Amino acid sequence: MSFNLLVLVCLLYVALLFLVAYAAERRAAAGRLGWLRSPLVYTLSLSIYCTAWTFYGAVGYAARSGLEFVTIYLGPTLAMVGWWWFLRKLVRVGRSQRVTSIADLISSRYGKSNALGVLVTLMAVIGTTPYIALQLQSVTLSFAVFAGPGPAGWGRGEPAATAFWVAVGLALFTILFGTRNLDANERHHGVVMAIALEAVVKLAALLAVGVFVVWGLVGGVPEMLARIDSSAVARQPLDSGRWVTLIFLSAVAFVSLPRMFQVLVVENSDERHLAIASWAFPLYLLLISLFVVPIAVFGLAELPAGANPDLFVLTLPLAFDAEGLAMVAFLGGFSSATSMVIVAAIALSTMVSNHVVMPLWLALRGGGASMSGDVRNIVLRARRVSIGAILALGYLYYVFSGGGAALAAIGLISFAGVAQVFPALLGGLFWRGATRVGAAAGLLTGFAIWGYTMFLPSFGDSGPMSARLLAEGPFGIGWLRPQALFGIEGLDPLVHAMFWSMTLNSFAFVLGSLFSFPAPLERLQGAQFVNVFGHSGAARGWSGGVAEAEDLLVMAQRILGAQEAQEMFQAESRRQGREGYLPDVTPDFIERLERELTGSVGAATAHAMLAQTVGGSAVSVQDLMAVADETAQMLEYSSRLEAKSRELARTARQLRDANEKLTALSRQKDAFLSQISHELRTPMSSIRAFSEILLEGADEMSGAELRRYAGIIHEETIRLTRLLDDLLDLSVLEAGRVTLNIAPVQLGTIVQRAVTAAGSGRQARRLRIRLEDSGFGVTLRTDADRLAQVFINLISNAGKYCDAERPELVIRARRRGDRLDVDFVDNGSGIAKCDQEVIFEKFIRLSDQARAGGAGLGLAICHEIMLKLGGRISYLPGQGGTAFRVSIPLVASQGGGAEAASQGAGGSRAAAGR
Amino acid sequence: MKRPAPLFLARRGYRLRRMMDAARVLPALGAFLFLMPLLWGGGTTGGGILFVFGIWAGLIAVAAVLAGPLAGAPDPEIPQGEGEGARAPEPGEGPEGGGGVV
Repeated sequence: MSFNLLVLVCLLYVALLFLVAYAAERRAAAGRLGWLRSPLVYTLSLSIYCTAWTFYGAVGYAARSGLEFVTIYLGPTLAMVGWWWFLRKLVRVGRSQRVTSIADLISSRYGKSNALGVLVTLMAVIGTTPYIALQLQSVTLSFAVFAGPGPAGWGRGEPAATAFWVAVGLALFTILFGTRNLDANERHHGVVMAIALEAVVKLAALLAVGVFVVWGLVGGVPEMLARIDSSAVARQPLDSGRWVTLIFLSAVAFVSLPRMFQVLVVENSDERHLAIASWAFPLYLLLISLFVVPIAVFGLAELPAGANPDLFVLTLPLAFDAEGLAMVAFLGGFSSATSMVIVAAIALSTMVSNHVVMPLWLALRGGGASMSGDVRNIVLRARRVSIGAILALGYLYYVFSGGGAALAAIGLISFAGVAQVFPALLGGLFWRGATRVGAAAGLLTGFAIWGYTMFLPSFGDSGPMSARLLAEGPFGIGWLRPQALFGIEGLDPLVHAMFWSMTLNSFAFVLGSLFSFPAPLERLQGAQFVNVFGHSGAARGWSGGVAEAEDLLVMAQRILGAQEAQEMFQAESRRQGREGYLPDVTPDFIERLERELTGSVGAATAHAMLAQTVGGSAVSVQDLMAVADETAQMLEYSSRLEAKSRELARTARQLRDANEKLTALSRQKDAFLSQISHELRTPMSSIRAFSEILLEGADEMSGAELRRYAGIIHEETIRLTRLLDDLLDLSVLEAGRVTLNIAPVQLGTIVQRAVTAAGSGRQARRLRIRLEDSGFGVTLRTDADRLAQVFINLISNAGKYCDAERPELVIRARRRGDRLDVDFVDNGSGIAKCDQEVIFEKFIRLSDQARAGGAGLGLAICHEIMLKLGGRISYLPGQGGTAFRVSIPLVASQGGGAEAASQGAGGSRAAAGR
Repeated sequence: MKRPAPLFLARRGYRLRRMMDAARVLPALGAFLFLMPLLWGGGTTGGGILFVFGIWAGLIAVAAVLAGPLAGAPDPEIPQGEGEGARAPEPGEGPEGGGGVV
């Protein structure tokens, strides 16, 4: 088979993957999810657990260590079979909290702490990079098998170049299909479909090779069993320490690996799929490992002694001239490598962008609510750059590690590294007392020990650890030897490292949790995680903030996209029973929004962004916890009492004011009543007295006396009549039965008439009246007699009450818009502020009655008349004396009601007829 | 005199509860059985391989039987009436009780 054919097939296969992913994306975009989201696809997507390391390496592992290879599959089998314990809860928490990655889960659980997120991200990157390098190596090796002259040749061509182009292609694919959408909730349909297809290919490939070996070459199951019993593999004793450790390690790594978390939790669309995967995925594992031992045994027996057992899957078919099968095997290995790298890159880039890039960006930008630009683009760009960077790291690691045997051991080392997250993960899901301090302590301890006892020694003597350090410990301290901590020797390095890292990790985690006190948000999150099944109704995380719905919408649009955000807000509005795009900013709503945002940018970042917009989020949670506290409750209560008593005091003050006004009014009314009875009584008694005198002594009186007494009686009667006229006038005005005679008239005419009429009075003669007649030429449509009555009243009031040495009244008119203001300003001492409010009330008279010619009804009558005329009369303060302003509308019908309007119409007819 | 038959729902609830128990025990049982090869002391014989794969297949079969009813099962934390033989959930029974058996 030619190398070129291989490359062609490989490219065709990649094109097929692109096509499948593209079609799946198209289908998902059209809303036809259907089988895209079936339990089968979910189960197959889990198969990224089986990387090239498993595909090729398992056979090599079996050839070297016998049955031990199977532990790598037994662990995940137990984890899946025990889904009811752990995975079910993990998936539920992940879905209900919209978790985007394992780092996000840890960060979210421990109070949305970004520090923990960064820590886990860092660990994941360090643990995964060598693993990606391993995948690149396996693809390169398998290419080399075909390129070389012999079946086991390492061959010509440049491995580094192959690895480079594979890395570039993978980066391209991942960026294209892994960063199409932002909301992790929408999931990566294209990627998942592609890896499901790859899962089928690799399983089929391995089964095909196995069937070929067992039935094609060996001749059946009994013969195969016989061969196994007689091979060197059967003589490999099982190391019990390694056996137990590896089952545990693989189970733990299965749930802690970032890529596994991605497919298990993030891409899970239905919890019931997990139930099916609980047996279907172990079945997949069983099938994929079914023929590992036969292939290894047969390869060891039949292939040349120097052949690399890691490549038996490829070299066996080639050696027996089954080129088509070799091609299928090659595609299987290629699939294993690529699907792992793609998902790992997606998972890591999500972590890096959510926990490193976004917080940095937010911090550098400062204020969050005022941010400009589309955050979505920034997040997506961050992810794309991260994907590129992660693959570049993997490639560089591959180049610098030399692609040798050291890399082959990296699989388990990587497992052990990511397994350090497990205590914090387990504790976070099942122990409410687990705190951030404990989690950080455990993670750091475990990771440090892993690095010291496993990762760094893995580079060998030439690595960062010298042979001397390995043999004697740092500075010759024996009990600190990396592979014999505390002087315990003789353990397998893997068992040793796992034992110490996991135990000390757990100790640090538990002790740190016991001796620290969680922040309120941590406790809240802890309760939500641990009781995820019990309390579906989440505890309130947000209390009334100052955020406007509009601000939130602006921010949400930048992260979720305009349309999605608007739809979400609209849906929320509808839920609240309103129209439009802006719902009330309830704590419920903010919480929902935070979850939506969490799906895009991670818990810590989403929380920080909302906190900046809503304002004082942490404070509100603190408040919430404080309210639960009894003391705080009392404080709260007393402060509420204080607020209430303030309000009561305010009300009381208002009541007092009203009461004072009422009392003043009633006092004045009392005064008026006595006044009016006095006013009525005085003329009546004098009329009575003089008429009695006339009756009794009319004959004795002279004509002059008679005339005088009769004159007094007449005057008093006039006074009485005037008083009764006023009262009658007022009652008519108030009852609205007045008839207005609207006609066009010049203001000047009315004023002149009023001045003449008022000036005839005795007191008015003292008053000097000055007319500023600039505005008097205006023609009004009004009732001239009534308006004159108002003016006469004001002029005579000035005559009566102006207390100046030389009383003077200024009358001026000014046009203001559609009204005409006529001011009457005298030079007296004015009216006190407290009296200004009541002067237009009925029966009010401010000064003593001696100087008053009337009964205190004048201004009340003026007031009523002006209302009828559609204008108003008001006291004009700050003029240096008593000042009244009469406002007359230039359009007569205003405010006058239908009556005035009809009168106006009649008036205009009259005017027309003139 | 005929004893009144237990309500259908209660009996079903009881069965479901026991299936949940079985689902919890299953990984422990699997772990136990997977440790058996250590007792043999020998190497990887054909019989040994058959044993491991047999256990494996058995686990898968039991898990498949349990998965159906449990897939749509309500959350166990929500208390619900059990039929005859009902007992209060023991402290160690809920997922909070332990859970390291993965």
